Amino acid sequence: MTSSTFETVAGIISETCDIPREKITPQSHVINDLGVDSLDFLDVAFAIDKAFGIKMPLEQWTQEVNAGKVSSDRYFVLSGLCANIDSLVAAKAA
Amino acid sequence: MLLEYFHMIDRVLALDLAGQTIRAECRVPETSPVFEGHFPGHPILPGVLMIESMAQAGGWLLLARSGFENAAFLAQVKAAKMRDFVTPSQILLADVALQHEGSGYAVASGRLSRGDKLVAEASLTFRVMRFPNETMRTQMQAVARRIGIPGAPADA
Repeated sequence: MTSSTFETVAGIISETCDIPREKITPQSHVINDLGVDSLDFLDVAFAIDKAFGIKMPLEQWTQEVNAGKVSSDRYFVLSGLCANIDSLVAAKAA
Repeated sequence: MLLEYFHMIDRVLALDLAGQTIRAECRVPETSPVFEGHFPGHPILPGVLMIESMAQAGGWLLLARSGFENAAFLAQVKAAKMRDFVTPSQILLADVALQHEGSGYAVASGRLSRGDKLVAEASLTFRVMRFPNETMRTQMQAVARRIGIPGAPADA
């Protein structure tokens, strides 16, 4: 996770969901800690997709979490989310 | 339009899958039970149905882009503006342009016009997912054929 990715994502979540920026840390779980609901997360996803020029595979992530294959922490804790964004950006550039 | 059945789109005039736009025609009926209450002596198309008209046009665009395999459900409306009254028997054009197609969602901008007059506009967010059942899928494909969407699957 790069610090600039975290800063961008934290800024998006703060602005989109009206959450004080200082409450958002790399350890924050977007849903469990920050209380972002699924509708607000659509706005967050849209802003992230646009900011980074990517398409986060939300359907795949949700299926994996619902099937118990991975913990939701992997995709919805900020550090994990940002690491995945970095990977998607790198894959796009490759 | 058959307002009481939520049939907003009469026919699709243009569909550009690559350009991610759609134009659909909506003919406001001369009479409808909706106009009896909205409003007595002053029948006008409810603003929520103007929004619904743009949403349905956007929904058809998304269905067509998925090869008629996915359904689109309106999830969010932003910056909706109803700029003028729409009265019985008027003909409207719903123009929708896709702004972003994400994973399981899409964002589009909608405009509803009468002639060269913009009567409504909104930013629309949809949830996009597989049809929840076969009944809905086949019925929506039948409607797609009726309103002339290019590429609509033939009757089974």
